[in-house]
Amino acid sequence: MKGMTIIVKTISSWVKLLIFLFGIYIVLFGHLTPGGGFAGGVIIASSYVLLMLAFGREFVEKNLSLTASSRLDCVGALMFVAIALVGMFYGAASFFWNFIHQQYLADRATEFKLVSAGIIPLCNIAIGLKVGASLFLVIFALSVFCNDFRCKGSARELM
Amino acid sequence: MPYAMCFLLFMIGLYCAVVKKNMVKIVIGLAVMEYAVNLFLIMLGFRVNGAAPIVDKTCYDPATGRVTAGFLNAAVDPLPQALVLTSIVIGLGTLALLISICIRTYEKYGTFDITQIRKLKG
Amino acid sequence: MVIFYVLLVFMLIAAIIAVETDDLLSSVICVGAVGVGGSIMFLFLRAPDIAITQIVVEVLGLIILIRATIARDLTFISGDREFFGLVVSIVIMLVIFLAGVRVLGNLPPFGTPVFSQVPDAASRTYIAEGLQKTGAANIVAAIILDYRGYDTLGEATVLFTSIIGATVMLRSKCRKSLEDRNG
Repeated sequence: MKGMTIIVKTISSWVKLLIFLFGIYIVLFGHLTPGGGFAGGVIIASSYVLLMLAFGREFVEKNLSLTASSRLDCVGALMFVAIALVGMFYGAASFFWNFIHQQYLADRATEFKLVSAGIIPLCNIAIGLKVGASLFLVIFALSVFCNDFRCKGSARELM
Repeated sequence: MPYAMCFLLFMIGLYCAVVKKNMVKIVIGLAVMEYAVNLFLIMLGFRVNGAAPIVDKTCYDPATGRVTAGFLNAAVDPLPQALVLTSIVIGLGTLALLISICIRTYEKYGTFDITQIRKLKG
Repeated sequence: MVIFYVLLVFMLIAAIIAVETDDLLSSVICVGAVGVGGSIMFLFLRAPDIAITQIVVEVLGLIILIRATIARDLTFISGDREFFGLVVSIVIMLVIFLAGVRVLGNLPPFGTPVFSQVPDAASRTYIAEGLQKTGAANIVAAIILDYRGYDTLGEATVLFTSIIGATVMLRSKCRKSLEDRNG
């Protein structure tokens, strides 16, 4: 439970930041290049899972606790609904109305730029937060359970 | 013909899900079925020598603000891709749910065998 | 076109090994092989979004499945169900097989999507007007977050519910261990 060998720890301490940055890139550029909130969120979760496998559970728990990740999950879901609801009270009253694009960006030729497409990047961020936090949460819960379980019975030690 | 092979993959998953006795094997069968269905939906929208549904500067006309007719006649179907994208992530969530049910059952009964679990009922 | 057949044969072989082997760990690893083959296949089917998502989801799903199977005292459960259950299963498979064969005869040939023959299909509208109406160059992102936002909202709800279900299923054990560790 104290993590893997020194080789794995060193390599994963170099690689973790790159994976995290790649996840953020995928989320932010989701409306221009392949990717988006779903893929980026899963990549962000996988960077934390890498830390959990390499350094052990306690190390990750100090950085991002169980309550914090469940709160991030709720924040992502509520942010998505809030963005959708703003469209209802802003001009043409309809749910999921792309108000930023229609009101400010439509006549400015913002194609292929980072600031374009109105609410789509904001929704991507919300979805990425939600997917990443919830997948990290479930793998964390499985890890806690499995380790307790292993203490009782026969152990084929993985970590 | 690729459709038939994809259907065969689905049948393998179905066989695994309905015939096997091991609970983890049943979960594996469901996962294989899910891959087959996703693959089939994407295959329905494929076009020979097509282009990915992402507009770039070569197939966009800034004067009229519309995509060119060549891109319109070359792009693959984006609608199944959008639906499958959500379905894959849901598949991971349900996989976690199924596995947690399996672990819980194993803790209670000490086996993954569904016939044994049924005999232990009551 | 040959690459599709190669990948499909690879996936079929991996799936058969995953179903038929008795060792749970190798079975799980073969499921990972099926997923990776599917991911490469999505790349050749001109769906890069799906390919990225599939390969990352595959890795996380493999971690979850290995968590479930490792460190159990792997009981090798072999053999099939008893007679009545087996007969019912075979009948169900036969019905689905016949329905599938009937459907396969009516499909359009591979490589010609249905929407290319219909003049006012929804996908045609999305491709033609997606960039102009939403400003997103990635048409798939434009569909999932703008045209079909309700679908994504429902997906978020399903994901939330399933994660909460998994956490609740494992919760009592988690809470007990956390309390033991804290005090």
